[in-house]
Amino acid sequence: MRAFNYSRADSPAAAAQAALAQGTRFIAGGTNLLDLMKLGIETPQQLIDINHLGLDQTEATPEGGLRIGALVRNTDLAADPRVRKDYALLSRALLAGASGQLRNMATTAGNLLQRTRCPYFYDTNQACNKRTPGSGCAAMGGVTRQLGIIGVSDACIATHPSDMAIALRALDAQIETLNPDGNTRRIAMADFHSLPGSTPHIETALTPGELITGVTLPAPIGGTHIYHKVRDRSSYAFALVSVGLILQKDGSGRVAVGGIAPKPWRVEAAETLLPQGAKAVSARLLDGATPTPDNRFKVTLVERTLASVLAQARDEA
Amino acid sequence: MNDHPPSGLSRRRFLILGAVTATAFALPPFISLKAYAAHLEQPAMANVTFEVNGKPQALEVDNRTTLLDALREHLHLTGSKKGCDHGQCGACTVIVDGRRINSCLTLAVMQDGAKVTTVEGLGLPDRLHPMQAAFIKHDGYQCGYCTPGQICSAVAALKEIRDGIPSHASPSLTEPPQLITSELQERMSGNICRCGAYSNIIEAISEVAEVSA
Repeated sequence: MRAFNYSRADSPAAAAQAALAQGTRFIAGGTNLLDLMKLGIETPQQLIDINHLGLDQTEATPEGGLRIGALVRNTDLAADPRVRKDYALLSRALLAGASGQLRNMATTAGNLLQRTRCPYFYDTNQACNKRTPGSGCAAMGGVTRQLGIIGVSDACIATHPSDMAIALRALDAQIETLNPDGNTRRIAMADFHSLPGSTPHIETALTPGELITGVTLPAPIGGTHIYHKVRDRSSYAFALVSVGLILQKDGSGRVAVGGIAPKPWRVEAAETLLPQGAKAVSARLLDGATPTPDNRFKVTLVERTLASVLAQARDEA
Repeated sequence: MNDHPPSGLSRRRFLILGAVTATAFALPPFISLKAYAAHLEQPAMANVTFEVNGKPQALEVDNRTTLLDALREHLHLTGSKKGCDHGQCGACTVIVDGRRINSCLTLAVMQDGAKVTTVEGLGLPDRLHPMQAAFIKHDGYQCGYCTPGQICSAVAALKEIRDGIPSHASPSLTEPPQLITSELQERMSGNICRCGAYSNIIEAISEVAEVSA
């Protein structure tokens, strides 16, 4: 690991200002950042520890929703009685991710900002446009079983690994941030993660120094919430495909899919086809997909997982 | 790097920045601090104090030192094991402020002020923790390398169930989680045993769970 300087910020504003310096990264749970630092993929010169900023509370909003502090741990968020009751999709998605130890450390904001688990990103001997812009993509023609089938580009076919983000996308969450100039803004989950295009190293809408302070959920929308994650072992593995579904009694609903794209994949136009069943929704959701021979199975898997989840939701309703 | 402490960072905290600033005074004027920092290779050090197994500890560590390395290399508490060093195997599991974490994925400096419990703090050879005794009784290991992490993880996992924290295996999010095998298996998935002693590990944990439930 490269040497770095470490400091604890006393306030969100101080953290954002300090983070403007080149080579500075925030550290919260650290479960992804430290892993990448050990591998030489992340080489910050300065870490700003934001664990002591008081951003670890979840509170009700005047609109009837919830505001989740950026530093709320994944375990606490999944166990929050309000989340379990009104946003079950979020609890289920969180609990489907990582291990008990990791969820105790990992934070809400850090989960959103975690990097891809593409094996070519992790192997510093391989070309990777995300790790070293312009170096090429060794995944092309490589082993791509785990990688993306839609929203990808010629420069990068990595997926976003988060389960939590799939639920936040389906729930229309908004990301609250603080900029070094003191201004705050809200970014819709739909706009938070970037598609790779020719710049796969740019992964989010965040600007230099911008600090995530919280995530806001709108008022509960009811319905039956199901998160189904298909993976190579029954626990503690990343998704091949995951489907988050919120189904209303009238047959309308929301669908977000993980494991297939560089961001949580939701197509609102596909959701209007829910009364027609999984095949129609899946076809619209994956319109324009460019799978490789290795991961073409994900096209079928999305449809079948959605069919299974829809059947389960109708049983439970 | 800035020439001055970023506003809002306390002086004490900023002193942790250490090495760069101190060395930078010797730099020729045409080399900027920022450019120099980009090539920083010498370690920056920090003082950290925390409580380990009930005893206060004060250490001076390289910022890069993980909690695991601080425990093993500085405090010579070698019960916690370095398996993968990437949070994948769970052999380094310790309990910090009442919660199990992978000690390989947190920095010692980040745990300043924390209360840490390692397997050495759970029981003693002549006064074993019930979980340690159960692992012996049920032969919950072969080589034993993963065992300290398994035991710390199991102790904390049972507390998580008692605290009502749900898991992926919980049939209902609104009912309290049950002390059943599927719950224990799911909650222990962050601890890998390459000898494959899983069934005996689950038997050991189940015995303790029934006693303490």
